[in-house]
Amino acid sequence: MSLTPDDVARLAALARIELTPAELAKLAPQLDVILDSVASVTAVAQGDIPPTSHALPLVNVFRDDVVTGSLSPDQVLANAPDAEDGRFRVPRILDEEA
Amino acid sequence: MDDLLDLDQVIERFDPAIGLEVHVELNTASKMWCGCSTAPGADPNTQVCPVCLGLPGSLPVVNGKAVESVIRIGLALNCDVAEWCRFSRKNYFYPDMTKDYQISQYDEPICFDGSVDLEVDGRTYVIGIERVHMEEDAGKLVHGGATGRIHDADHSLVDYNRAGVPLMEIVTRPVPGLGAEAPAVARAYMAHLRELMRALGVSDARMEQGNLRCDANISLAPKGRTELGTRTETKNVNSLRSVEAAITYEMRRQGAILSSGARVKQETRHWHEEGYTSPGRSKEQAEDYRYFPEPDLVPVAPSREWVEALRATLPEPPAGRRARLQAEWRFTDLEMRDVLGTEGALELIDATVAAGASPASARKWWLGELARRANESGAALDDLAIGPRQVAELQSLVDAGTINDKLAREVIEAVLAGEGDPAAVVEARGLAVVDDDSALSAAVEEAIAANPDVAERIRAGRVQAAGALIGAVMKQMHGRADAAKVRELILARLG
Repeated sequence: MSLTPDDVARLAALARIELTPAELAKLAPQLDVILDSVASVTAVAQGDIPPTSHALPLVNVFRDDVVTGSLSPDQVLANAPDAEDGRFRVPRILDEEA
Repeated sequence: MDDLLDLDQVIERFDPAIGLEVHVELNTASKMWCGCSTAPGADPNTQVCPVCLGLPGSLPVVNGKAVESVIRIGLALNCDVAEWCRFSRKNYFYPDMTKDYQISQYDEPICFDGSVDLEVDGRTYVIGIERVHMEEDAGKLVHGGATGRIHDADHSLVDYNRAGVPLMEIVTRPVPGLGAEAPAVARAYMAHLRELMRALGVSDARMEQGNLRCDANISLAPKGRTELGTRTETKNVNSLRSVEAAITYEMRRQGAILSSGARVKQETRHWHEEGYTSPGRSKEQAEDYRYFPEPDLVPVAPSREWVEALRATLPEPPAGRRARLQAEWRFTDLEMRDVLGTEGALELIDATVAAGASPASARKWWLGELARRANESGAALDDLAIGPRQVAELQSLVDAGTINDKLAREVIEAVLAGEGDPAAVVEARGLAVVDDDSALSAAVEEAIAANPDVAERIRAGRVQAAGALIGAVMKQMHGRADAAKVRELILARLG
């Protein structure tokens, strides 16, 4: 792998992390090392090892469709930075809707 | 305002292709990953818990009923059901989801490769279903500030009651070759899905409540070219009428752009009920969602036995059921079209007939007086505070001659006002028609005496003149008489 500072800038933007050009230049090769390390797993794992996304060999873990109750309004908003009329109050967000 | 090309000219020069992405909110009692209630109308943030608030350390567990519902929908859409599939995280930053991701399905949808046959104006159209996948709904934002419009907002308020409600997305393949019928076929497809969801009992499928939401992809290709043109995706299309209107609008808008030699911009657009679309975010800047398999949930692997057991629970296909009911009810095509054109009427009439009313009387009440009242109050027909059993009871009172149609309307008024079932209302209000012959005869005598000229004409054989006397008697009896009986008495007296 060879990540460019531009790649890192894009990833940073997607993750909402603000980085200076100097930081981008420093992080690109560091991230490369991480990616290369992970890539070595691919080299070891041949066709006899199925790809997996979960630590447990389980499927179909379901719950019954039963209502079990919710938090109280005080608990819900206890950690909210700001609230109004029982709702979380957040800074205005543009770009998603017209 | 956009330039628009006449639809005739659009069809002459271009081939439209449409693709519809429909979100359906399932009607499970609890949410997709937690036991919070999904009941609508609760106070803000009263149906939330650590899981649907995305609090650290909380873990989702899949609602088995939701999986079952999605498999049944997939089967009803003639899809294959995956033997093994996973959930994925769709990462995005927006306050309608506290987790900063939505749990969805990406490259492994639970159902895929289906199709729907639609009949529109006597022609059959086949709509390919690409996939049906499971996900969760997001919270609701209210934009603060003077107008409630996002551009004027200085803050937003969030209610997470809807966050985590089971949601399913049904995606069609692009459908080319529809020509001028594209908007009507899209509408018919939405109507079909709505009917199907209700027949399966998996969603309330109320478009006005947002249970069924449509995003419409539309592109135009120059006539005779096989590759698809650049598409736009129109969001916020939330009624059958809007589906048809929004697609027509986009065809005309894109037609004008392409005819002028310019290129259509690939973008998301928003439908406005006033009858136009406006640009949203452009796709070039669309988020990179960085999907990856959801580590908090194990895969879903429906056994073939389970799938076949669910297939056995599928209801009669809607088109077949409609044809059967029309034949059983002896409705004309025109009558049936009125029934199908009124949301919820088919089910209500079916239930009313099952409760003992004749099909004609059930249709009369639901499409007449009750449709009028629903319309007046802006409610859906099946939201009225009167149900099939009560309508059947009302009709049985009419059939027994206990009340007439006019009194029946008064009874409906009372039932809607919460005064109880029809028989109880008749009893409590003393509404039954006067069956006492002496009181009726006295009123008939009085009417004849007061209208000697009318009486003379009836004696002379002009039977249709009896209407005036019947009216006078009904007035005298304050409407509490059986008009047929009054007519009988008048004719017997003057015949």
